[in-house]
Amino acid sequence: MTELVATTPGLFPLPDWAKSELSELKGRQKVDLISGDESDQVVSAYGRARAEVVDDQFDAGLDRIVEGQLRWDDMIAHPLAVHDNVETGRISRYYDNNNFYRNPRVVGELTPSGDVAADLSAALELFDDAAPLQAVLPGPYSLTDLATDEHYGDDRGFLSAVADFLADEVESFPSHETLFLLEPSLVANPPNDDLAAAVPEAVDVVAGATDADVVVHTYFGALDEKTYAHLMDAEVAAFGLDLVADDREQTVYNAVEYGVTGDVALGVADGQNTLVESAETLRERAEWFTEQVPAADFGTVYLSTNTETFYLPVNRHRAKLSALATAAGLDREVVA
Amino acid sequence: MVRNPSNRTQFRPDDHDAEHFLLTTVVGSYPKPTWLSTVKELSEDSGAAFDDAALAEAYDDAARVITHEHERAGLDTVVDGEMRREEMVEYFAHRIPGYEFNGPVKVWGHNYFDKPSVVSEVDYDEPWLLDEFEFTASVARKPVKVPITGPYTLARWSFNEAYDDTESLAYDLADLVNEEVKGLVDAGARYVQIDEPALATTPDDHHIVGESMERIVDGISENVRICLHVCYGDYSRIYPEINDFPIDEFDVELCNDGYEQIDVFRNPEFEPDLALGVVDVHDAEVESVAEIKRNIQQGLKVVSPDRLTVSPDCGVKLLPREVAYQKIANMAQAAREVEAELDAGEIEVAAPQR
Ligand SMILES: [Zn+2]
Repeated sequence: MTELVATTPGLFPLPDWAKSELSELKGRQKVDLISGDESDQVVSAYGRARAEVVDDQFDAGLDRIVEGQLRWDDMIAHPLAVHDNVETGRISRYYDNNNFYRNPRVVGELTPSGDVAADLSAALELFDDAAPLQAVLPGPYSLTDLATDEHYGDDRGFLSAVADFLADEVESFPSHETLFLLEPSLVANPPNDDLAAAVPEAVDVVAGATDADVVVHTYFGALDEKTYAHLMDAEVAAFGLDLVADDREQTVYNAVEYGVTGDVALGVADGQNTLVESAETLRERAEWFTEQVPAADFGTVYLSTNTETFYLPVNRHRAKLSALATAAGLDREVVA
Repeated sequence: MVRNPSNRTQFRPDDHDAEHFLLTTVVGSYPKPTWLSTVKELSEDSGAAFDDAALAEAYDDAARVITHEHERAGLDTVVDGEMRREEMVEYFAHRIPGYEFNGPVKVWGHNYFDKPSVVSEVDYDEPWLLDEFEFTASVARKPVKVPITGPYTLARWSFNEAYDDTESLAYDLADLVNEEVKGLVDAGARYVQIDEPALATTPDDHHIVGESMERIVDGISENVRICLHVCYGDYSRIYPEINDFPIDEFDVELCNDGYEQIDVFRNPEFEPDLALGVVDVHDAEVESVAEIKRNIQQGLKVVSPDRLTVSPDCGVKLLPREVAYQKIANMAQAAREVEAELDAGEIEVAAPQR
């Protein structure tokens, strides 16, 4: 019996009042971005913004609650960007988007930081066990791909160090039901032959640090066959797959050809377009996938946006959350 | 196919002494006078008794001041520094039926952009830039160049809710740009620049920009100079394809990375005129005249002097105003000195002679 779970990959847009308040408090230049030692006023503004996006998720009726990652000025490069042994270098383009982040240059050992854990604990305090908490981190490959290594020396060593670092972060997380590891780089800039086999090992290191269900969430298109086949070696509950991207047939092909995880997260709502899909459309997109992968009898199907939602204006972001929750609630028994 | 690059001669000033002529211009945006932002805030405050007519007067004043600032800097062709525009996509989207706004989205850090959504077929209503052009032309002593955000960038940097793909949206927008350019030309415009920064992000779409340019220049006289500006990308991904575009001039930034990519344009032979960025718009240090002269000579590796235009890498609006002015003034002086040295036969041109 398949359980439908409405959730998101996090990285929400800041509420509009927080956009203005924080740009006044912090400034708009590169040196003004988040550093991990914010003033009380900045901490307070983020706290109020976090409470608002947690409320939004309850209002929408999502089945997992994320912290929202509102502090992540550098998007999924954030956990490194605030680290003491990392310098934030040039402004780089964030994948193929018209968005930019500070390229983190790792210049020393990636010791545990606790930065993400602190935000998760603050979120959890807001709702305790009223709903399951979902943690969100960059996957080890994407974080490696977005950063520059000036300490560890070789690609494999750096990937493994980043995986250890992420595992340390997870160790200090409060209790969480699900962990999404965001891995867009597996699609956008796939690993070379040498590194591809090391990716599932790195994912396992992070996944091994939690009892939660781990989802390796990929987006910006389909994985290439080779990367997908290697990723099947990872011991995780679910892959997250982009069903909005034009090459989604490739995603079905991969799943039919190489198999798929027991649970699956389906990116059915477009995180980069203001057009709000109806709940019925979202369910059709999910079924389009599950019906073509007949061998799998999925335990859990997460219904999600394909990408983070910070690309969207707040009103459309909220509308997408509602549509996902409604989609998961539509005659649940029919799918079961 | 390039159009008619020799139409540049109409911009040669009557009193130009040198035999050689390097056309000097700017990409478009310029820092706004501080008082203009204050005035705009006042106009949004209902208690301030500052009405729309007063705001319109302020815009005119700012446009006049900056147009004259460009003339004082010694440019051969000028703009008003885009005083009436806040953002290169928003400005046009507000004027095109079919667009709607839902709120700001992040670009980076705490910099946001009111990214619009295309929710129905786009349409042409009122002219977009006619008032801006007519005012600038009325106060300028030099020919006025008109920068227009290109259809591909207008399409790519919007949410597309209504069209099957970026390509079909871009072509519909290109038809609207064509209508706008026709109106501008009727009003006397002779130099139009299409800005397509989005092409740098997705260079494989160069054919969409090429076809959009075909639509934009449809029915436009060959005496009208058409420039295409593309910045901050890997030019090898769109060259030599742009040689086939129906343009007179291709405007590039290359100064900021020390002309690392200049050789891209040397083979095969560059077809349109080259408008070369010779000052960096992201560095507040003002380049010396001597340094800019060396930068100008980088352009002579690609085209002969009679086909070289010089401009800043991109719009200068992020620089402090005095820095922007000094960079442009030094650039104009450097061009005049290079012309004199060319006249005297002191500079060798590495570009193939036609
Ligand atoms: Zn530019």
